[in-house]
Amino acid sequence: MKRVVITGAGTINPLGHDVPSTMEAMREGRCGIGELHFRDVERLAIRIGGQVRDYTPEDRFNRQQLALYDRFTQFTLIAAREALGQSGLDFNGELADRAGVVLGTSGGGLTTQDENYRAVYEEGKNRVHPFVVPKLMNNAAASHVSMEFNLRGPSFTVATACSSSNHAMGQAFAMVRSGLCTAMVTGGSESMLCFGGVKAWEGLRVMSRDACRPFSATRNGMVQGEGAGLFVFEEYEHARARGAEILAEVVGFAATSDAADIVMPSKQGAARAIRGALRDGGIDHERVGYINAHGTGTAANDKTECAAVADVFGHHADDLMISSTKSMHGHLIGGTGAVELLACIMALRDGVIAPTIGYEEPDPECALDVVPNEAREAEVDVVLSNAFAFGGLNAVLALGRV
Amino acid sequence: MDVQDRVIAIIAEQAMLEPSDVTLDSTPEELGIDSLGLVEAIFAIEETFDISVPFNANDPQGSDFDISSVGQIVAGIRKLMDEQHA
Repeated sequence: MKRVVITGAGTINPLGHDVPSTMEAMREGRCGIGELHFRDVERLAIRIGGQVRDYTPEDRFNRQQLALYDRFTQFTLIAAREALGQSGLDFNGELADRAGVVLGTSGGGLTTQDENYRAVYEEGKNRVHPFVVPKLMNNAAASHVSMEFNLRGPSFTVATACSSSNHAMGQAFAMVRSGLCTAMVTGGSESMLCFGGVKAWEGLRVMSRDACRPFSATRNGMVQGEGAGLFVFEEYEHARARGAEILAEVVGFAATSDAADIVMPSKQGAARAIRGALRDGGIDHERVGYINAHGTGTAANDKTECAAVADVFGHHADDLMISSTKSMHGHLIGGTGAVELLACIMALRDGVIAPTIGYEEPDPECALDVVPNEAREAEVDVVLSNAFAFGGLNAVLALGRV
Repeated sequence: MDVQDRVIAIIAEQAMLEPSDVTLDSTPEELGIDSLGLVEAIFAIEETFDISVPFNANDPQGSDFDISSVGQIVAGIRKLMDEQHA
């Protein structure tokens, strides 16, 4: 089996328009959640979210591109340009054939759907733009990345709700580790912050009206975010031979299904995924110093996740740190694991653990070191990234230092 | 049907029981209605009575709307109808 390393990272999300600004915001515990701004927002009961701010699509893309790029595709391409730029890889010849794109998204071009349903149903129009289908399809982002960078190997999109990005990155990891591919562009993107997108979530009655406070006894629900995170996963010897900067090594992955309930999480399913990732990487429990939690800020997720971590790690659960950066950027649904992987890289590379902000009061059912409110300096050897989706689909990645 | 009968019909349908099996003292828990079932029943109540019910599934007890028994739900709906249809 080959070793797999990360040689490029890119993002745009509510905390920043690139990786350095995002990591700075995470270090400072800044909150990217605020009042939502889009059409018909006054008809919503939930009016906060992590929107990407100060973003003008016309500054990044030309008219022809914008006719084809939904907001989730735009975010993907911005993050991909940063990640591929950092990696320094040029995809030609055999390398192009041995490199692909696997991305996670849940809603795909939901904004495009929302706008066009409004046009035909509410405004009574009988004609839509010719590119509605290629713009809204879930694989549009992966395809545009493959076109822009000449990635001609296996490419597809994974949709497993809140675990989409972690499943995608787990798949990319497997493809490089097995030798099927030399490099993979992976991660995920989401842009559900439009009237229909938020209205649907509102119906489930799990959204907070004021803040995302994971693990705090005062938590009252999740807050949605938007954006993208993209990475270059590359075979270790290939990266070393060309002298590439290595951000971290991907050391393990596991995915499980609760096979139980469509929305309620299961401690057993989550614990099996965490245990599986450790086993996959041959990692001793004591080596894990930090977990980037799924930590949605709902009553059900946070207590179930803490119980799963306590169950897997036993006494060591009290020695490790676990934080939820969703408190800062919100829940990016299908893109969330990708943006959260940046906190994992920051922990390994810079020795800075991102905090759980908005933490007000301990909850006995979440009695772990959740790094409340302020970032912390700490040397960590191995970190995990948890994702537990609606539908009971869990995906956990393990990263280490090279 | 008055408010009480309509609420009992909604809750009975949600619990997959006969309306005669639902009393004012019944709690959602006793009737086998879980948190997701409660969210669905509250949606049906909002649609039936044209009201908006304050309810957060993260903290059902902390919401302004008392869901501890069928009788309390009926009383809560009457109050909301008075407030919102005034």
